[in-house]
Amino acid sequence: MLEIREVHKTFHPGTQNEVRALQGVTLTLQRGSFLIIIGTNGSGKSTLLNAVAGTFLVDSGSIRLACNDITKWQEHRRASLIGRVFQNPFSGTAPSMTIAENLALAVLRGKPRGLGIALSATTRAEFCDRVRGLNMGLEDRLDNAIGSLSGGQRQALTLLMASWLRPELLLLDEHTAALDPKSADQVIRLTDELIRRDKLTTLMVTHSMQQAVNLGDRIIMMHRGEVLHDLQGAERARVRQEDLLSRFEQVRRREQLDFAVAEMLQRTYV
Amino acid sequence: MMLLLGALTIGLILAILAFGVYLSFRIFNFPDITADGSITLGAAVTATMLVHGFHPLLATFCGFAAGAIAGALTGILHTRFAINGLLSGILMMTALYSVNLHVMGKSNVPLMSQRTLLSEAESMATNLCGGATELHILVWEVSVRDLAGLAGIFLVVCLVGLALFLFFRTNLGTAMRATGDNPQMIRSLGVSTKAIITFGLALSNGLIALSGSLLAQYQGFADVQMGIGMVVWGLASVIIGEALVGQASFGLLIVGAAMGSVLFRLLVAIALRWGLDPNDLKLITAVFVFVALVAPKFLRMSRRRLVTAVSEVR
Repeated sequence: MLEIREVHKTFHPGTQNEVRALQGVTLTLQRGSFLIIIGTNGSGKSTLLNAVAGTFLVDSGSIRLACNDITKWQEHRRASLIGRVFQNPFSGTAPSMTIAENLALAVLRGKPRGLGIALSATTRAEFCDRVRGLNMGLEDRLDNAIGSLSGGQRQALTLLMASWLRPELLLLDEHTAALDPKSADQVIRLTDELIRRDKLTTLMVTHSMQQAVNLGDRIIMMHRGEVLHDLQGAERARVRQEDLLSRFEQVRRREQLDFAVAEMLQRTYV
Repeated sequence: MMLLLGALTIGLILAILAFGVYLSFRIFNFPDITADGSITLGAAVTATMLVHGFHPLLATFCGFAAGAIAGALTGILHTRFAINGLLSGILMMTALYSVNLHVMGKSNVPLMSQRTLLSEAESMATNLCGGATELHILVWEVSVRDLAGLAGIFLVVCLVGLALFLFFRTNLGTAMRATGDNPQMIRSLGVSTKAIITFGLALSNGLIALSGSLLAQYQGFADVQMGIGMVVWGLASVIIGEALVGQASFGLLIVGAAMGSVLFRLLVAIALRWGLDPNDLKLITAVFVFVALVAPKFLRMSRRRLVTAVSEVR
């Protein structure tokens, strides 16, 4: 279970570039639930994911995951509970190392690494099996450098690596945004399969309303560092792409209203 | 023949330096200038201990350990205090200059009649040859002592290279390579990049100090100036090695670094024989490394230009 309580984060406080990225986010996620996060650019979706992953420490508030208070944990320590796939396909794998070596790194996520040989015959056989499950023909290329793979193949592998040890929480940060439509479909199908099979608790950020409607059992919409809408249960089941789009439109209008009102006030009083 | 043997031996000793530089510069992409200080530190610690009558093996090991501590301190400066990598190396190198003077008590410690690892190897070889001091190999007369030194050093380099190769295949070593390749990814897999970089720099400088320790025992003295320009020397060896073996796996690159070091030393020996002013040696090394760093980029660029020119003509 993931519990985020009153989390605040401001970047570059007290300077011209001050950004209030998270302004009191509170969110509870039951074990095994699959949450989709949508929102406009700069709404704090990715920041929320990074706050949970530990890329930075939050200014205030608390984050609890699987009965641990991880608020003050360093990123690498949180990795024992969290698997992660990044937006950039280059971020999740080591390009000059082989597929097998990358998998060998993922097999020990969050565990101490000693002087045991990383690639034994038994681990290789297991890698071969699980990689075959991706249906990308990569099982014959275990000794090729990751750098020679396409973005879609890399994301599929990163997904496999992140979920290898059944993390308490899986974080997906727009992991198909940089892919061509066909690869994106393939990766999304794989994502759905893996999450269903292992019943992974998941946070997924996406820009695609189609993904938001088709995947997951709960949708939140963020705006200006806060949770604006939280759709679950029956409400989530009814929601269609158009509904989500109209909510975006509402947000946009409200923004414009802010601007128009400010201008009007300025004209009248200044 | 004497010249050749000497150049080979020094080249092999400096191959261990090249391993250390390969580790920091190629694995971590970290230009670690601590090397200039830690190679001298290894020499100073070993020479001082030998003069005080410690066993050569212990003295050599302590040289290695001292270098490892220096490397770890550079790593801590860089990772815990967020000081730029180059600067943390420079700070450590500068500090080590004074440390080395303190360790030695003076600027030069000669090893006259002390037992060293090399004298041990030589006496062992002399016993093996039944007391003969010269050997005939083909048409040359070779002193058994020089040959024993070379063989001993060759063995050490092979062992160190093999150990490094095996280490890179362990879980820890694989994590170390990934840290240089993609730190974000390896953090998300639960490895503290700070700890790994600190450990890697310790290992790298330990190897470099080991090289210095062997060098002092071979040439018969430790000198506070002996480390100047050594990191560039190591870089030159690594780059030559890459040219020799190409874009290969790390195993071949380790072998390449050793071959590069020997080849470079041989080239220098030949150049000196032909009348190169020894004062120009560092300048030429620096220019060589500059050319080796820039040439591949330049070649790529001119090739691209050629390709576009050809396609335009068509």
